[in-house]
Amino acid sequence: MEGFLTLYVIMLAAVAGFELISKVPAVLHTPLMSGSNFIHGIVLVGAMVALGQAETTMEQVIGFVAVFLGAGNVVGGYVVTERMLQMFKRSDQQEQRAERAAEETSS
Amino acid sequence: MMPEWMNQFVIPAAYFVAALVLILGLRAMSSPVTARRGIVLAGLGMALAVLVSFVHPEVMGNYLLMIIAIAVSGVLALVSARRVPMTDMPQMIALYNGMGGGSAAAIAAVELLRIQGGHDAGLLLAVIAGSGALIGAVAFSGSLIAFAKLQGWMKRNWRFPGQQWVNLLLFAATLVSGFMVVAGIHTDGLSAGTLMLAFFTLALVFGVLMTLPIGGADMPVVISLYNALTGLAVGLEGYVLDIPAMMIAGVVVGAAGTMLTQLMAKAMNRPLSNVLFAGFGTGDDGAAAAGGDGSMTAIEAVDGAILMAYAETVIIVPGYGMAVAQAQHKIWELTQILRKRGVRVKFAIHPVAGRMPGHMNVLLAEAGVPYDLIEDMEDINDSFSQADVALVIGANDVVNPAARDDTASPIYGMPILNVDQAKNVIVIKRGRGTGFAGIENALFVADNTKMLFGDAQKMAQELIAGVKTL
Repeated sequence: MEGFLTLYVIMLAAVAGFELISKVPAVLHTPLMSGSNFIHGIVLVGAMVALGQAETTMEQVIGFVAVFLGAGNVVGGYVVTERMLQMFKRSDQQEQRAERAAEETSS
Repeated sequence: MMPEWMNQFVIPAAYFVAALVLILGLRAMSSPVTARRGIVLAGLGMALAVLVSFVHPEVMGNYLLMIIAIAVSGVLALVSARRVPMTDMPQMIALYNGMGGGSAAAIAAVELLRIQGGHDAGLLLAVIAGSGALIGAVAFSGSLIAFAKLQGWMKRNWRFPGQQWVNLLLFAATLVSGFMVVAGIHTDGLSAGTLMLAFFTLALVFGVLMTLPIGGADMPVVISLYNALTGLAVGLEGYVLDIPAMMIAGVVVGAAGTMLTQLMAKAMNRPLSNVLFAGFGTGDDGAAAAGGDGSMTAIEAVDGAILMAYAETVIIVPGYGMAVAQAQHKIWELTQILRKRGVRVKFAIHPVAGRMPGHMNVLLAEAGVPYDLIEDMEDINDSFSQADVALVIGANDVVNPAARDDTASPIYGMPILNVDQAKNVIVIKRGRGTGFAGIENALFVADNTKMLFGDAQKMAQELIAGVKTL
């Protein structure tokens, strides 16, 4: 991508990022940090391309390190976030259950 | 070799879809109702992006190395992330985030080496690759220190006089070396390689030194900041490699992470600059003086049980100690038998209780505590003065009245739960030491405070037994 077009894309992406988080309840901050941690795991894609282009041994070694670290980011980030959100599903149902119970007692 | 239409259309389209799905996934994660769907969606997008990268037109070889690296690292991460208890989640986020930052820095290193080796690229590309290298390297080493601190491998906050000047100097040196690497990128020979090594080493050391003096209580904010930095570094390297999906996802995380960091710092009423450059308890003024007078009153669980069983209102304040002892299930059991006796029980959650915002909510939800019993600080703070008993479980700094009253205290100005205004305060605490931030707590020596020393889970069990006999 060339020059200013890239800048526009970056600007829009940044605005989207700000908007995503600004309306989030505090309860979700930790899972969201974890989730966004997983999203930047896309660095693995870049690491694969970098390793795929590597020619000298030095480049291969560093490229290997890049892919290794990137894969850890992706897998670890996913599993941790998934485990955390699993609990939120439960608390969610709990909330609905509590609401229902409250409605029953009030009526 | 792939046919031309594949390179021209199918691969870019797949990346496009992957980026879209990733961002929609992140969006879904920002609401409790859709959050689970969000991570699965994002996972699908990621899988697509990774698979497509195997046939990326610029990938010429090294497939075996790629697969080995992904398999070994993936299995290690899978096992570690599955095994880790819920209480240790924050440091795992720090660890995986550090890996992402390191990966971005390593990509930058490969690209700079290639440019040095004669690969044709403009100055701008080298500058951007270098910036990503700096940010990624700092996020890498900084996150690893944060991990070590939260894991308890590194107890002391390492400080010395003039530290900020040393850090500033180091940062300047890093910038200069980075500039020289980029400026001299087309000159070959040993000096260019040495310079690059110096640049990366300086950046890594800077990340370490920047994180060392920061106290444990500030760690969530710092991890969030490094998360944003990694996102930014990934975005920059995405530009260098001309992979728009990577660039966009990185920038979105960079922006979202910055916002999140701001929100967290606000919840602690500490400007970000304060977190990064001031450090808790640098001087031993105020901190030492506050705890000097009065002594703690210890009681037995039976006495605590009597206080609570005959109370009208009880407010429970959980902290990191509850998480460590895994006491949330026992606490919920205690709550249930108290409620059966007609005691009104509420939970009060400080925005930064535990190691991360929402940490306590996750644990209480796990134990099955319904949401309508849990209140945020602003909603419940006025109720403490009417409460008969405030039960503090392993919370310390977030209930320290010094933050409200003592201008000399290092945490002065941080909003706290007004636990000290309750008629009786029972504090379950493992020992007599100070909390994570290393500050004496005036609440523990107050006249209306009774200390219940012991493991939170065991003490909760004893309280349950005590209430049952009444």
